[in-house]
Amino acid sequence: MTQTDAFTFDAPEEAEPMSPGQLMRRRALNHTGFLIGSGIIVTLALIAIFAPLIAPHDPFVQSLSSRMLPPVWDPAGSWDHLLGTDQNGRDYLSRLIYGTRVSISIGLGAATVGLLIGVTLGVVAGYFGGWVDHAVSFALTAQLALPGLLLAMALVFIIGPSIWVVIGIIGVLHWTYYLVVTRAATQRLRNLDFVAAATASGATPRQVIWHEILPNLIPQIIVIFTFELGIAILAEASLSFLGVGIQPPTPSWGLMIAEGKQAMFYRPWLVVLPGLSLFTLVIGANLMGDGLRDITAPEGRN
Amino acid sequence: MTDQSTRPLVELRNVSRKFGSKGDIADRIAQRLKLAKPKPVVHAVDSVDLSIRQGEVLGLVGESGCGKSTLGRVVAGILPPSEGDLYWKGSDRSRLSFADLKAADLATQMIFQNPMAALNPRMTVEDIVTEAPHSHGMIPGDRRAYADRYLEMAGFDPAMKRRYPHQFSGGQRQRVNIARALAVQPEFLVCDESVAALDVSIQAQVINLFMDLREQLDLTYLFVSHDLGVVEHISDRVAIMYLGRIVEEAPVEEVYARPNHPYTRALLSEVPRIEVGKRKFEAIKGELPSPLDPPKGCHFHPRCPFAMDRCRSEVPKIREVASGHRSACHLNDG
Repeated sequence: MTQTDAFTFDAPEEAEPMSPGQLMRRRALNHTGFLIGSGIIVTLALIAIFAPLIAPHDPFVQSLSSRMLPPVWDPAGSWDHLLGTDQNGRDYLSRLIYGTRVSISIGLGAATVGLLIGVTLGVVAGYFGGWVDHAVSFALTAQLALPGLLLAMALVFIIGPSIWVVIGIIGVLHWTYYLVVTRAATQRLRNLDFVAAATASGATPRQVIWHEILPNLIPQIIVIFTFELGIAILAEASLSFLGVGIQPPTPSWGLMIAEGKQAMFYRPWLVVLPGLSLFTLVIGANLMGDGLRDITAPEGRN
Repeated sequence: MTDQSTRPLVELRNVSRKFGSKGDIADRIAQRLKLAKPKPVVHAVDSVDLSIRQGEVLGLVGESGCGKSTLGRVVAGILPPSEGDLYWKGSDRSRLSFADLKAADLATQMIFQNPMAALNPRMTVEDIVTEAPHSHGMIPGDRRAYADRYLEMAGFDPAMKRRYPHQFSGGQRQRVNIARALAVQPEFLVCDESVAALDVSIQAQVINLFMDLREQLDLTYLFVSHDLGVVEHISDRVAIMYLGRIVEEAPVEEVYARPNHPYTRALLSEVPRIEVGKRKFEAIKGELPSPLDPPKGCHFHPRCPFAMDRCRSEVPKIREVASGHRSACHLNDG
């Protein structure tokens, strides 16, 4: 039904050439995965931004008389605490809403830090080759040989936990995928004739990298970014779960899972709800990334 | 146009281009200790002397793998030569000032064989054409009008300039490539098998376009091709290349009427002609030898029907056999 509609809409394309912007907008509206993914991400981002307005309770206020209340669908649940309360009697929904802030900012922040390091090294190594490439490859092997989570734990332990430290450390430990992929893609692109043509037209290495190489790396970078976004969020959850990430009482989904694990078999929602939230955010990021890759490709994909 | 007195625009003196690496530190130590053999080196271009005069079309012909594309890239300034000197308008390129070198680079543009690979897939046609002239400040007024002018010159409908390269046919893409090259106002075009990837009717159109542009813009061409028919049609002079060396060089009528080098003769006997009958067809025997391990002496001797002992040991020097006709064969000494 909607598929056929989209098809008849496609037909007059040859008659009236669209600007690249229009074309992308139309592709975005036809891309189911992108619509779902960006819907999830935008919703979660809005929740994070407007957390104080949405949250029904203060996420930090403890109430020992109402500890571990079940969610509303449970026979013992009440409408006062929609998703129940935790071990300290804090409203679980409010804590989940505030936890969105931590997860999204750590995911975006750490994936961006990794992107800057990995793409810079990858493009430089792939473009210049020679000893630069040897040096970068050595750094890559060294990084791959390090046990990531253990190192992150040690670093957080030494520097001291704060959200900025966690973002920085997760980012600094997650640049290898960017490097491997952009290095290989740059080596391939560097030998294509349009790079030779740009060189012949007097383009400096910087211009070649910015105008010829990087635009052609966008699809790979987007995919890895969304992939790393998920990994960074999970890494934060692991660190918080192990007690070296976000410190209580700040609500973080990973921390909430950690705190709920003792009561997991009697009060499963304490673990399931933050787990589901993490799952939704990671899925949303991946769907949106795949969609962006398809939409921004000049030839389009669906 | 083949006037001897016209000064050369580009001149190659004893230019070689090798490919291959010395290997990393471990390899080099192993080689020093005689534990490993030196890495193989390909002599793609081997001591070539060539001059291209202002305003002429020089055809460069040879089999696949003989190094003609590499030579084209060296001439275009995309690949630096491993040895030898390149002269631009009489001055050594390696001694040019930065500004002069840049001007020489811009004045030399290349049209590639694969028109898709030569266009950045993420840029619109308009951006592809105007990128370089814009960054060099060569566009006086409106960027769009500038793109229109050069696209029209290359026979490409400017109404389609907001589209991406993948939306066009091979012929149209090649026209975009030509527009891109023309947009930096070059004097010299290196066409590396520029029509080989196109079908025959489009080939004819693009070749005619090259000829028209030559008249309009006073261009000089190095036309690299394996297609002797196309080269005969378009060139003023022809250079024949075999395994990295130029074996014969002469005005086009001279080469086709009185080929001197046995390789040229064999090559020309393979061109399909309209005249029927009475023509003995003899293919060149054997394959092109590996450039990793070229034959000693004259590179052509293993396949040459006239090979003598001397050909196996001594490299024939290229020398004049008639006015403007140079050839590298020991038979001419006899």
